[in-house]
Amino acid sequence: MTDLADLTIAEAGAGLRKGEFSSVDLLDAVTRRASITEAQLHAYLTLDAKGARAAAEAADAAFADGDVAGPLQGIPIALKDNMCTKGVTTTASSQILAGWKPPYDATVVRRLKEAGAVLTGKTNLDEFAMGSSTENSAYGETRNPWNPDHVPGGSSGGSAATVAAGSAFGALGSDTGGSIRQPAALCGVVGMKPTYGLVSRYGLIAFASSLDQIGPFSRTVADSAVILDAIAGWDRRDSTSIDGPVPNLAGSLDRGVKELRVGIVTELMGEGIDPQVKAAVSTTASQLEAAGAELVEVSLPSSEYALSAYYLIAPAECSANLARFDGVRYGHRSQIEGTTEDMMAHSRAEGFGPEVIRRILLGTYALSAGYYDAFYGQAQRVRTLVRTDFAEAYEKVDVLVSPTSPTTAFRVGERAADPIAMYYSDVCTIPSNLAGDPAISVPIGVDDTGLPIGFQIMAPALGEEIMYQVASAVESIAGFTQRAVLASSDVVAP
Amino acid sequence: MPVEIDIAKVANLARIALTEEELTRYGSQLEDILVHAERVQGLPTEGVEPTSHPLPLVNGFRPDETDECLDRDSFLSQAPDSSDGQFRVPRILG
Repeated sequence: MTDLADLTIAEAGAGLRKGEFSSVDLLDAVTRRASITEAQLHAYLTLDAKGARAAAEAADAAFADGDVAGPLQGIPIALKDNMCTKGVTTTASSQILAGWKPPYDATVVRRLKEAGAVLTGKTNLDEFAMGSSTENSAYGETRNPWNPDHVPGGSSGGSAATVAAGSAFGALGSDTGGSIRQPAALCGVVGMKPTYGLVSRYGLIAFASSLDQIGPFSRTVADSAVILDAIAGWDRRDSTSIDGPVPNLAGSLDRGVKELRVGIVTELMGEGIDPQVKAAVSTTASQLEAAGAELVEVSLPSSEYALSAYYLIAPAECSANLARFDGVRYGHRSQIEGTTEDMMAHSRAEGFGPEVIRRILLGTYALSAGYYDAFYGQAQRVRTLVRTDFAEAYEKVDVLVSPTSPTTAFRVGERAADPIAMYYSDVCTIPSNLAGDPAISVPIGVDDTGLPIGFQIMAPALGEEIMYQVASAVESIAGFTQRAVLASSDVVAP
Repeated sequence: MPVEIDIAKVANLARIALTEEELTRYGSQLEDILVHAERVQGLPTEGVEPTSHPLPLVNGFRPDETDECLDRDSFLSQAPDSSDGQFRVPRILG
């Protein structure tokens, strides 16, 4: 018999509506899975057993009354620990927020609750979402469910790992430079970054405000669309949220790719991309062509500067956003003797980890008098060049495709001592963040060591419908159904 | 072009109290990263407008009416120190 923890959201939802099992059964299944896998994975920072049980019982009561809110009712979903959850510890994986209990819910959390979802708990991340491996957590790293000697990617590595391992049916992450798509690729699941402004950021602990966007992790493209549908839409509490119609994704799936124009990005298929990743992506692109798409090579000449521009823009914005952690209103306060200013400087030194300090310093420098235009101003002009490249590309093609990550999951510790090597992990994902466009990673296969490979599909702003149409085709063409080693029902508690 | 950074000044601007050893380490790491970042400086961008944000942002207005808000105690309960309904901090002057 299939373990309930391995069902897709669509299958679990259908079973709930038919009364084959209850939401409490689903919660028990993922909780049991977590009790087996967490010793090796450490995907969760906090399991909200009590809150999740109450939500599952409420969902079951609603089903009994014939009251069905939507496809997420009764489905266990995990949240990255940089999203505020009222009364449930939220740390952003930082010591500076150890034990903090937000007095309110993020808008995405409120919307998932309104949709009847069962929120299982909070997942691990690189501190303040700064990293590409989930090794920068103050509470210990997360491991990859396909091979625990390897990283799950990051920064939303905990969310990716829970969905891959079966300790949640879906999860939310945040993506500033690839932090949803890259871990999704490395953990063999679907991960999607929406158009900037499609999903409210109210209650998301800010990293780089002009780039951050919340999006879903899931095991299938259809499940991804269901979660996005529940969280998308205008929010008066986020001044950058788009006040307009949201994409209708249900109609996008299973429509094929006939006569769609697909551009494969030359610069993201060159040097630095692992040959096995490149080969898998080429194969899938050719299969799209065989399925009726028109496949062309497209150049984004500025994309090779995108990484450098990003590592000025994101730290600059982070240095401003993280100024709020000063030991006054919340979080860690140093016990050092002295003035309030001494207290602040020591609270920050004691509370922030090395990567966060590195980026705050870098951003402070890039914004400081005499350097502002040379670094930050120039990076913003490069951002315009990247956007112009995309705009020109989308005059010729409907979507762009590339690898999601230049390599499969690297070993724990392999890049920890070399910030620049770590930064390169996001080379394929960063251009979409700079442009504000949506992008999705779909798993297409594994390399010769059994680690997953992700295929990235990018679309113009608010082009989610056509992007999901192609993603759905890629999923069915690749036929990738293999599951992570740790998601196997044979895995037993050590 | 090698970059030289007055790292003590930067750390002070960022209000992070670092030891001499930490200053040296972060200073050299920043210089390495900035050499990489300098790639963008060689690009011809004359006449290119900077993008600060992917959306054309306009300010949102709402009627100036009293609305629900979070209660003071829920915030103060999470503060490191408070008294009389206010956040409490060490002395301000040295």
